[in-house]
Amino acid sequence: MTLTAPVNKIIPFSNVDGPSNRTAIFFQGCPFNCLFCHNPETINMCVNCGVCVRNCPVQALSFDESKKVVWDKQKCVQCDTCIKVCPHTSSPKITWMSVPDVMKEIHRTLPYIAGITTSGGECTQQNEFLIELFTEVQKLGKTCLIDSNGSFDFEADPRVLKVCDGVMLDMKAYPEEWHRHLIGHDREIVLKNLHYLLEHGKLYEVRTIIFPGRDEENEAAVRYVSEVIRDRCFYKIIRYRPFGVREKYLPELGEFTTDEAYALKYVELAKSLGAEKAYII
Amino acid sequence: MSEALNIIKDETLTYNQELIALARLGESTDDTIVYSDEYYAAKAKGALCDLNEGRMPYRPRYICPDYELLFQKGCEFLELEPPKDLLEAVNVLEIFYRHVPSITTFPVYLGSLDTLLEPFVIKEDRAYAKKVLGLFLKQIDKTLTDSFVHANIGPEDSVTGRLLLELTEEMQLAIPNITLKYDPVKTSDDFAMACVKCMLRTAKPSFANHRMFVSEWGERYAIASCYNGLNIGGGGFTLPRMRLYECSLDAKSIDDFFENELPKYIDLQLEYMDKRVKFIVEESTFFKHNFLATEGFVKQENFTGMFGVVGLAECCNNLLGIKDNKKGFGLNEEATSLGIRIMDAIEKRVAEHEAPYCDAYGHRYRLHAQVGIDTDGMDDAPGTRIPIGAEPTILEQLEVNEKFHKYFPTGTGDIFKFEETYLKTPEAILPIIKGSLANGLRYFSGYLENNDVVRVTGYLVKKSEIEKLNKRQQSLNNVTVFGKGAQDGGHALDRRVQKQDDINRSCK
Repeated sequence: MTLTAPVNKIIPFSNVDGPSNRTAIFFQGCPFNCLFCHNPETINMCVNCGVCVRNCPVQALSFDESKKVVWDKQKCVQCDTCIKVCPHTSSPKITWMSVPDVMKEIHRTLPYIAGITTSGGECTQQNEFLIELFTEVQKLGKTCLIDSNGSFDFEADPRVLKVCDGVMLDMKAYPEEWHRHLIGHDREIVLKNLHYLLEHGKLYEVRTIIFPGRDEENEAAVRYVSEVIRDRCFYKIIRYRPFGVREKYLPELGEFTTDEAYALKYVELAKSLGAEKAYII
Repeated sequence: MSEALNIIKDETLTYNQELIALARLGESTDDTIVYSDEYYAAKAKGALCDLNEGRMPYRPRYICPDYELLFQKGCEFLELEPPKDLLEAVNVLEIFYRHVPSITTFPVYLGSLDTLLEPFVIKEDRAYAKKVLGLFLKQIDKTLTDSFVHANIGPEDSVTGRLLLELTEEMQLAIPNITLKYDPVKTSDDFAMACVKCMLRTAKPSFANHRMFVSEWGERYAIASCYNGLNIGGGGFTLPRMRLYECSLDAKSIDDFFENELPKYIDLQLEYMDKRVKFIVEESTFFKHNFLATEGFVKQENFTGMFGVVGLAECCNNLLGIKDNKKGFGLNEEATSLGIRIMDAIEKRVAEHEAPYCDAYGHRYRLHAQVGIDTDGMDDAPGTRIPIGAEPTILEQLEVNEKFHKYFPTGTGDIFKFEETYLKTPEAILPIIKGSLANGLRYFSGYLENNDVVRVTGYLVKKSEIEKLNKRQQSLNNVTVFGKGAQDGGHALDRRVQKQDDINRSCK
């Protein structure tokens, strides 16, 4: 059987998913459940409950013979009603694609890009797919980067790193309790990956989110990461933004974007601890 | 009130702008050149447009003097010696520019400033050279007050090129327009990146496909006015344009358009060009007595006529009965293919026409994708561009452009507007430009949303200057009024911004 993967979106030209101009491929499905997730509809796989089918205002969603929800791209007006009504934090607007399908898209963008970045959701859930895809892209002389939440054990399946040029790793939180609360998952695997990727020269960048008013939690994460990575990879300090965050979590996390001056203090802290390639976005 | 009185009483016009307007009015009183009745009918319908060139051409429309020759032997008429140092060099240029005519009354080509000035710049201390070049740019902005004034740099990196970029960014002036002649081998990535960064801050330079222009013109080509490819030591006699949407209105079918309407209008525009070119060469004194011609700074045989078109998109959509531009040319395979068929037909018929003079081009005119004028409104998009409001993603827009740029040796181009995040990631833009030029794009312009200096269809204006006109105040730059018209009537500044907001990445 042909290997396929659920693709949520392909952005032909991206300037925010790694260096230079890249084609970014977003896969559906993520094992974490971050409270602040900005695209919660990418977390779960569709269970074909059909709530969205009944609510779609332009009948772009329907059931096929096997009772699976299918999405008609042509009819869709991108109103996102399906995402708003979905009781499972999922999206019916995904396309199951084979590696040749994705390569067809990449062939179009190839003249204009430095490489590709796979993201999500969590793209490493599609590790078999990534291995095949990266092998093809590298043959064309382009680089392949992974954007990951760190839930995948890179040491256990070294085949992925063999064909991957680098990983951009989220280190969203550090204190154990806070990590479990915020991410819905223990931090051990993320920490293990941080060290493993660094030691194997595959850590391109680490990212940490700065939350408004969370002095203790913010500092703990920035301190830990900075002392580990030093100047060996980029460190992106990201300001928390409320856009896309599920409403029920807004009271706890905040209704406003983290103040830039506040976040800049953490860039300075990171630099003072040796993470010279820290920057803010 | 008479038209002359209207001009004199218009408080938004500077003295220079009044002078030009009154001269045009005077020129329009003569009717020595007579065209056919069919031509006048086509003009009245708006199918053909003479871009207000005036009834009596007393100089070619665009003139690209050989400034290298000026630096080699000086100029007898202006009593200028070849310059020996940087101060003398910029002084010679400033004096000479004042005497280069054009349709706008200002020089539309200032030369390859980096190669011209580099031998003098490298003999000076960098800070001193920068000071002199800064004053030179200020002199240009305040005396050659029209954004069609255009300087070239590249393809190679140079100290002068770097200084001009630094100054352009620091000074934030709309004049002159600047083009980098980009060659994938001769232009280093580092220099190209310096140009991208400057472009984000100032809407210039634009990137010209050096290899493509060289293949058509040889090494000695100029980019003048908006984005016009022309010969150095030559220029363009005239530039009228077919307004293709209006040309398509009487067609009974697509076949009728190709068999009758299109050839009819092509031939009428050729008639107009032939008569004007002959008049300029045979009747006006320019090529016989102007010092630029008599001292060899331009040669008549290096001039050609520029055959302009606009509104290909709307023409295709009309012929196919497509009402919504978002479903038409550039976004619809059938409409885009029809566009190619139309351009093939225009190219073929113009190439079959024996043009008077134009010796350097086998007696042929060359096609030009005209950039639109302020009164076009929303009927005719510039050249072969996808109309404002219907732009697809930048990838799709580039792919469409790459199909059409080959037709236009005398110029075409498109504009891409970038969102603020690109200021932090300028390195993401260069691969897009390089890839597209390699794929057949002729000319790339970009600017950042929220900048004061912005590119309207093809020329630069300051938004703050448009605001002055809106308040009925005067604007020194003669082109600001075109920018205002293009925005008011054609929403030219509302080009789609390249955004990354489809997926929220701030948790990633």
